[in-house]
Amino acid sequence: MTARTVRGAAGAALATALITGVTACANPSGPARPADSAVVGIATEPETLSPLLGYGKDGNSKIFDGLLTHDADMKLRPALAEALPEVSADGRTYTYRLRQGVKFSDGEPFTAADVEFTYRTILDPATNNASKTELDAIESVTAQGPDRVVFTLKYPYAPFAERTVLPIAPQHVAGKQDVNGGGFGTRPVGTGPYVLTGWSKGEKISFRANPSYWGGEPAVKKFTMAVIKDDDVRATRLRSGELDAAVLPPNLAEGFAGDRTRRTFAAKTFDYRNVTLPTQHPVTGDPAVRQALDVAVDRATMVDKLLDGAGKAAYGPVPTDSPWFTPGTERAYDLGRAKRILDDAGWKPGEDGVRVKDGVRASFPLWYTTGDKIRQDHALAFASDARKAGVEVTTEAGTWEVIEPRMKTDAVLAGGGSPADPDFDQYLLLTSSLAGDGFNNMARYDNPVVDRALTDARRSGDPAVRKAAYDTVQRELVKNPGYVFLTHIDHLYVVNDRWDGPGTQVEPHDHGLGSGPWWNVEHWKPKQK
Amino acid sequence: MTRRLPWGPMARMAGRRTLFAAPVLLLVTFGVFAVAALSPFDPVKAYAGTAGLTASQAELDQLRANLGVDRPFTARWWDWLTSALTGDLGTSAVLRQPVADVIAGRVGWSAMLACCAFVAALLPATVLGVLAARRRGGLLDRAATALAYVLEAAPAFWLGLLAVWLFAVRLGALPSGGLTDAAADTVTAGQVAPHLVLPVLVLALSQLPWFYLYVRQGVADALEEDPVRGARARGLSERRVLLGHALRSGMLPVLTLIGSRVPELITGALLVETVFSWPGIAAATVQAATSVDFPLLAALTVLATAAVLAGNLLSDLLYGLADPRVGFDG
Repeated sequence: MTARTVRGAAGAALATALITGVTACANPSGPARPADSAVVGIATEPETLSPLLGYGKDGNSKIFDGLLTHDADMKLRPALAEALPEVSADGRTYTYRLRQGVKFSDGEPFTAADVEFTYRTILDPATNNASKTELDAIESVTAQGPDRVVFTLKYPYAPFAERTVLPIAPQHVAGKQDVNGGGFGTRPVGTGPYVLTGWSKGEKISFRANPSYWGGEPAVKKFTMAVIKDDDVRATRLRSGELDAAVLPPNLAEGFAGDRTRRTFAAKTFDYRNVTLPTQHPVTGDPAVRQALDVAVDRATMVDKLLDGAGKAAYGPVPTDSPWFTPGTERAYDLGRAKRILDDAGWKPGEDGVRVKDGVRASFPLWYTTGDKIRQDHALAFASDARKAGVEVTTEAGTWEVIEPRMKTDAVLAGGGSPADPDFDQYLLLTSSLAGDGFNNMARYDNPVVDRALTDARRSGDPAVRKAAYDTVQRELVKNPGYVFLTHIDHLYVVNDRWDGPGTQVEPHDHGLGSGPWWNVEHWKPKQK
Repeated sequence: MTRRLPWGPMARMAGRRTLFAAPVLLLVTFGVFAVAALSPFDPVKAYAGTAGLTASQAELDQLRANLGVDRPFTARWWDWLTSALTGDLGTSAVLRQPVADVIAGRVGWSAMLACCAFVAALLPATVLGVLAARRRGGLLDRAATALAYVLEAAPAFWLGLLAVWLFAVRLGALPSGGLTDAAADTVTAGQVAPHLVLPVLVLALSQLPWFYLYVRQGVADALEEDPVRGARARGLSERRVLLGHALRSGMLPVLTLIGSRVPELITGALLVETVFSWPGIAAATVQAATSVDFPLLAALTVLATAAVLAGNLLSDLLYGLADPRVGFDG
């Protein structure tokens, strides 16, 4: 044995020892944190914690309560109101009786004046709240005595009660400040189950339990939301034990599948991805092209390959497992039929395989937002499916600044979805009078039957009438699709299995602080070992 | 080796530079306003965020008027300047907070990160550089130089993720991000110190190659020069030759580098702060830029410009001290 091989062998032994040493320390079981403290990782943080500027408008705001709240099945339940509102026969007056004895976390009592203050401030034109369109139906809000609030609406608006999950701010604190730049947005005071203890922007938001919460003091005494934009970093910090729970994309959630100390939650959602088919474009405006594209896309494969199975095929804004869904409006993948529709409509294959009609090539651009991998994947899959039917789709990436001026004629890979009421997303998405109003009705969809159904559905207080109207909308979208709906995306969360109580609601497109298994963290109980 | 420092000329140089800084800052802020006004980013959309995607056009127009972003940028610049001179830096629209609060809450953490990283890069780089220059082509020189080139090419973002993977996930030795443990309520030195290690390490590693290569080159060149050969000929000890003569003259280019690395340090910190969720000024800078948040952007630019000017002043002062031939006339 020469000196060189001895040294080599020693080196190899040393290397092996080091590697095994390293592996021995790998996968730490995490710090032994008491179960009355929970740390969750989220991807986006709110711009403000002031409900007056839009924070928590869909509920689950932790620091605040709304008049009403949603339970696990997204049914409305009373919160700061004592009961669900009384609605007048004409559907234009909503009367709420308020819960007695509720105090803000600073000890001051909650009264009807706070409710009136909150809604009036939001509706004030000088308040920079970008969501105030959602309260457009309100004509006036009046406190009648300390425990009664009456909303009068400009028009009968059936889903109005769903809007009153909006958090209530204290007039005695927020009323003394500049609503847009004052300190209330960073040092909020509310009636909710948690009190803010610190907000380090871009890093974390920390809460502690409100001992005098009217619903009972939460068992999870300390609750922290760590803001971690990068998916990989978030997964890493979950694995290292620093986080108890996190939102993760499917491929990273997969890595925790075999972990017995953690549970994976797949939240059902209304979160759709679709392709807008602009009415003003000569190709996408043709009903035949729309119908053909609608059956030429292979939705099942998209769910399988793009979402790793964590999602559903989408045929409209309403997911197939919602009670609002119209059975029979599912469209099977049928390339042959797509080709027949195009043939019959006079779109004949040209030399390069792209169809032509009256000198117009069946070709259009499709934009997706830069850096959004899910949208990019969907756009590419859509383009490849369309090509098989003889329609050329050129995909382009850009920021909203680039895309917005082109939305009138170019297709966009868009997303949205709101589970609380079908009116919330469908009215904005399909009403012809909102065509091109901001980002509403991007495709300039224009269908009088749909317009009438959407109006009937929002005005009628009768659930049967509303269901029939939304059935009409979904059937019309089969005949004349203004959008090709591709998938509804499940949101995945991995949670340490240390509590009883985590579960998921049906989630909207935006999910961060208010959605996720921690939507009801105030009701979690440490598991008995 | 005590020598009276030339305080007078140094103070005069600092004074001249400060006077010169005023018009520079004025120009820079005007430039920032002009460039931001030309940028395709829309402050209203940035302000509205996802809510903007469902807001009506009338609502967006109202917001535009409320935020005052429909006025020409020259008028906004003048308003900003006059109120900034009276001490009011305005309110950041995107963070919905007074600009002074934003900066006060963050600048300390960024400065701490940058200073620690600067020291952690400069000291090992100097030692390694001197050792490598002493035996050029030796094992240490070849290994360290090769590594330096690799590090120079490695993006700080990637280094950060690698460090998180190795130290936080594989070894579980260090926390992977934040200023304190996510569960901690108070900021204590005992909490911050371990959280500081990885960001400083990564930022230092991304700066170290530059210093190392400059020191190595500078010292190696100096070793070839006449004074050093003279010192060797006089029989001075190798240690004295290396540290007293070669290093002193070899450090001159490094001193200029210190000034010019300040902007690099700031941009490097930007990426590192993102990876490690460090609550510093960098994250606010990105947000301010992409949201065309004029007051915040202007204040941060002034801050960065001042840092660069101060860095240049510092390196010129040091240069003058190290090489009296240069003096303090600049």
